[in-house]
Amino acid sequence: MSRNAKINTLLLAIVAALAVLPLALGLGDHKEEPFAGADGEAEAAITEIAPDYEPWFAPLYEPPSGEVESALFALQAALGAGVLAYYFGLRRGRRQGGARVAAARDARTPAAGAADSAGAGA
Amino acid sequence: MHIAEGYLPPVHAAAWAAASAPFVIHGVRALTREVRANPESTLLLGAAGAFTFVLSALKIPSVTGSCSHPTGTGLGAILFRPPIMAVLGTITLLFQALLLAHGGLTTLGANVFSLAVVGPWAGFGVYVLLRRSGAPLMVAVFSGAFTADLSTYCVTSVQLALAFPDPGSGVVGALAKFGGIFAVTQVPLAVSEGLLTVLVMRLLVRSSKGELTRLGVLLQGGAEKEAAVR
Repeated sequence: MSRNAKINTLLLAIVAALAVLPLALGLGDHKEEPFAGADGEAEAAITEIAPDYEPWFAPLYEPPSGEVESALFALQAALGAGVLAYYFGLRRGRRQGGARVAAARDARTPAAGAADSAGAGA
Repeated sequence: MHIAEGYLPPVHAAAWAAASAPFVIHGVRALTREVRANPESTLLLGAAGAFTFVLSALKIPSVTGSCSHPTGTGLGAILFRPPIMAVLGTITLLFQALLLAHGGLTTLGANVFSLAVVGPWAGFGVYVLLRRSGAPLMVAVFSGAFTADLSTYCVTSVQLALAFPDPGSGVVGALAKFGGIFAVTQVPLAVSEGLLTVLVMRLLVRSSKGELTRLGVLLQGGAEKEAAVR
C-alpha cells in the first residue's frame, strides 16, 4: 500500500473508531433508550421546559414506519455517495486517459524524429 | 440539529426565515454566476452537495449516549465559498423536511440559518484565518470543517434556548440544557467530519489539481509543494 493509501485508510479507521467506541464502552447505558436521536431528545427537553407547548404545524408527509424512514435515509446517503463516486471515477478515468495519450505521443515522437533526420541525411 | 416541524413558535419561525432568506437568495445568484462562468465546475459543485447529502444522512453514536449526524458543509464552503453552500445546504434540508419528516418547513428558516449560513461562514472564516497565518492546507481544512459542524449545533442550541427559556434559569439555563443535548454530542462527530473532509480534500488534491488551483484552494505554482506538505 502506498503512503497515500495508508494515510487515507488511517483516517477512515479513526472515524470508524469514533463511531464504535461509544457503543463498545456502553456510554448509552444510563439512558432508557440508548443512542436515540439528539433531535428527539431536544423535543423531549422542550416538552419538559414548556409542557403546554403544542407543535402548531405537522409534516406534510411522514414516512409510515421506521423501516420506510430508514430506507429514505439510506436513499439519501446512496444518492450522495453515488454522485461522489461518479465524480472521482470520472476524474480518474480522464487522468488515466490523458496519461495514456501522452505516453502514446511520447512513444511516437522519437521515432518520427529519427525518420526525419534520416530523411535529411539522404 | 434539525428543529422538528412546528417546534418553533410562529414569530421565531418567521424571524429565522427572514434572517436566512437573503443569504439563500444571494447564494442562488452566486451559484448561477459560478455555473455560467465555469460550466466545468458543475461536477465539483455536485460532489460538494453530495458530500453534505451523505454526511447529513449518517446518524452516528456519540459520547453522550445519543446519536447525531455531521453536516458536511465545511467542504463546500472551502471550495466554493459560503454563499453557494447556503443553497446546497438548503436543498439537503428541504429533501429531509419533505421526504423524511426530519426538520420541517416552518423550522426551515432556523435550520437553514444554523446549517447552511452560520456553519459554512464560521468554517470558512477559520479556514481562511489559518491559511493566511501559514497553516498547512490539511490543518486548515480539518479546523474549518470541525468549526462548521460544531458551530451549526451551537446555533441550534441558541435558537431553541431563545424560543424555550427555562422557567427558573431563563435563556442561559435552557442554553445549558440544549447545548448538552446538541453541542456536547457533536464534539466527536465534528472531529469525524473534519477527518472525512480532509480525506475528500486529499482525494481532490490528487484528482482535481487544476480545479482546486482555479478555485484558489491550491496556490498557483505552489500546487506541487502543497500536495507534498499534506
